[in-house]
Amino acid sequence: MKKSLGILGIFVAVCLVAALFGDNFLTGYNLMNLTQRSALFAILSLGAGLVIVTGGIDLSIGSVVCLAGIATPWLLVEHEWSPWAVIPTVLAGSALIGLAHGLLITRLRLQPFLVTLCGLLLYRGIARWMTGDQSQGFQGEFDGVRSIALAKFPVGFENYRLPATVIPLVLLSVAIALFLHRTVWGRWLLATGRNESAARYSGVPTARLVTLVYVACSLLAGFGGMLFIFDIGSAQPSDFGNFYELYAIAAAVLGGCSLRGGEASVVGIVLGAATLQVLRTAIILLGLSSQLEFAVIGTVLLVGVAADELIRRFHARRMERAAS
Amino acid sequence: MTSNPALLRITGVGRRYAGVTALAGIGLDVRGGEVLAIVGENGAGKSTLLKILSGVVEPSEGSLEVAGADGVLHPVKLAGVRDAARAGIALVHQELNLPENLDVAGSIFLGREPARRGFMDLHAMRERARGWLRHVGLELDPSTPCGTLPIAHRQLVEIAKALSCEARVLVLDEPTSSLSAREADRLLGIMGELRAQGTAVVFVSHHLDEVLRIADRVLVLRDGRPTGLLKRGEFDRAMLERLMVGRDIAAAEPRAAKPGAAVRLRLDGLVGAHRNAKPVSFEVRAGEIVGLAGLVGAGRTELLEAIAGLVPHRGHASLDGQPLTGTTAERVRRGIAIVPEDRARHGIFAEDPVAMNMSLAWLDRRGGARTFDTAAEHGLVSRMVARMQLRPADPRRRVQTLSGGNQQKTVIGRWMAVDPAVLLLDEPTRGVDVGARAEIHAEVRRLADAGSAVVFASSDLEEVLLLADRVIIMHEGAVAGQMAVQDADEVAIMHLATGGTPTTGHATRTA
Repeated sequence: MKKSLGILGIFVAVCLVAALFGDNFLTGYNLMNLTQRSALFAILSLGAGLVIVTGGIDLSIGSVVCLAGIATPWLLVEHEWSPWAVIPTVLAGSALIGLAHGLLITRLRLQPFLVTLCGLLLYRGIARWMTGDQSQGFQGEFDGVRSIALAKFPVGFENYRLPATVIPLVLLSVAIALFLHRTVWGRWLLATGRNESAARYSGVPTARLVTLVYVACSLLAGFGGMLFIFDIGSAQPSDFGNFYELYAIAAAVLGGCSLRGGEASVVGIVLGAATLQVLRTAIILLGLSSQLEFAVIGTVLLVGVAADELIRRFHARRMERAAS
Repeated sequence: MTSNPALLRITGVGRRYAGVTALAGIGLDVRGGEVLAIVGENGAGKSTLLKILSGVVEPSEGSLEVAGADGVLHPVKLAGVRDAARAGIALVHQELNLPENLDVAGSIFLGREPARRGFMDLHAMRERARGWLRHVGLELDPSTPCGTLPIAHRQLVEIAKALSCEARVLVLDEPTSSLSAREADRLLGIMGELRAQGTAVVFVSHHLDEVLRIADRVLVLRDGRPTGLLKRGEFDRAMLERLMVGRDIAAAEPRAAKPGAAVRLRLDGLVGAHRNAKPVSFEVRAGEIVGLAGLVGAGRTELLEAIAGLVPHRGHASLDGQPLTGTTAERVRRGIAIVPEDRARHGIFAEDPVAMNMSLAWLDRRGGARTFDTAAEHGLVSRMVARMQLRPADPRRRVQTLSGGNQQKTVIGRWMAVDPAVLLLDEPTRGVDVGARAEIHAEVRRLADAGSAVVFASSDLEEVLLLADRVIIMHEGAVAGQMAVQDADEVAIMHLATGGTPTTGHATRTA
């Protein structure tokens, strides 16, 4: 919990700046959009966080979002599959992608960066080829299944309605937090991230756990991709999901996951994802050029990570002094 | 030797951390041409003293004086390793840190490479490196990559590096802790030669044998304070132990043999990942402690890792009559436990608290994806902290802040918590002080008494003779012989470990 205080501070600060200097930040409509986007990106970030806990990285998240997201309307509309077949197929396909990553990393001992970089190129290529690079959409149909992402519940604040995507986010967050901090496998996962070799010597099935997190990450990316396409209705295979892996990784890092592995806070990751979305909105509301978006996010991330490192060193030095 | 001028004078030096005294009242002269040993338990202040001498930390009180070229002592302030190097003091760390990707010459001259017109002068560098290597008795091609060197050679390269900085005071932190008996022997010889050349050699050691053999003077520390500064002729083993510990260390009771006990671990032609490993077969019975003796590189680590399933291997092993196969995780579940040689890399989770480190294996018994009982975990951890006599007895302490002995107790405690059927220990007390060593040995004996089989590898013959019921000697990847501990002595073991035939010399006494 203490680890999440830093990102909570940044989140509150960014919100305050946006609320004080942007006219439309505190409107129900804007907050509703923000919640929706934050929830979707947070789902991807949870997967990225799990991989980062093991000291790995997944660069293919955006391309898996694209492939899963594009495949959903493509199968529903062009191939006229039933939604009952499409959803399990897309999720199973995403999980298989993760399994392939995991096996390549643990059995063949390839570097995660390399494996998932190839994935980034591969899945986008497949999505574009499979659809003939044509925009895919629901063409006004399938409102029933799309309501998974589109349904919103009034809560009595202006015209703010709570997006349904918050439900899977909360369920996933609770499940992952319990997994990490209350189950043996979760403890093993943290141990593997800290010192994979020591974990192996202690009888932890490290290869299986590492494979598992890559499956989870791709599965969450595929699930997220499906929710994204349900939300926006149609998308281009050439740019859908571009850079989403970077948002996911940035959110996990802002949320206190060390890229060295072994550390994670689910609350932090979700706050990190939300902070990035507030930043994006704030840039527009404050009248800054939207071309500055990446520059602003990069700066905030750098400052956040540097501050975190300095605070950590300060604490370490104090502990060392107290210890000696 | 007392006639030699002092190279370094330490007066009233002490160090406090946040009000806690780590070191106080150190005062002595270090003279050229002497070997000064510093002994004490872990946490006695040895490391702090070495850090002060090598400029890593500054003393909070007292002063240091270093002899100039004219032999006159000048006060110095050592605010960094570079200051110490300039004053002619060089420290060789216990954990060797040669860059593995550089060659020997490159690592000796790292940061001060001889250059010509802006390019490294490789030829000059190698020639000069060769000279320094010869100085420490190492005939080695200076272009050999450090990563391929055995630990003993790395140690000597580190010393050559220190000498090449024109060090007149050479400070060695547990220089023999990772060496085999023969290599340690050679290093002590080199220390003697350096002494003859007028260098002051200061070393920290847990091996009193070495201290008794080579030291001209011994500084004994306890709880940060000097309890004795003794000249050769004034000290013996019992006296040093008493000064270090403040009490007499009781010798362990000889363990009763249990000839009828069931065989727990059986190796049947097991071949480890050692480069010239040969099939190894032996049995270990319940309650038995087997010590694997041999030189570094004899294949003992590889054998233990093969039993634990950590490395590819051939041949058969069985546990309680059932074949022992599968991954390490599966074997651990069946009761195999391994305490690795390299604690920092394979043993501890340095940034995590003692509690997490100690409960890791125990958690497994509480079922995979299900949640575990945190109250039960707290209970287990506090029991294990007490049982292993961890100091400080604080389960929330990060392991990296503990001394080597307490880190090792943490790793061993992880396994004691699950009562393993077979406990494998690789160098169980390397870098561990005498007090903690006795406590670790007592715990291992207790585990064996409760019916576990124990196999440990140790390069410390004293430890082998102290802890084992039966000694198996390995040489070049094969079993060279075995003997009951009451028939074994250091000479007989070394004879077999160095390739001697069992039919000659002492080994025939086995009958």
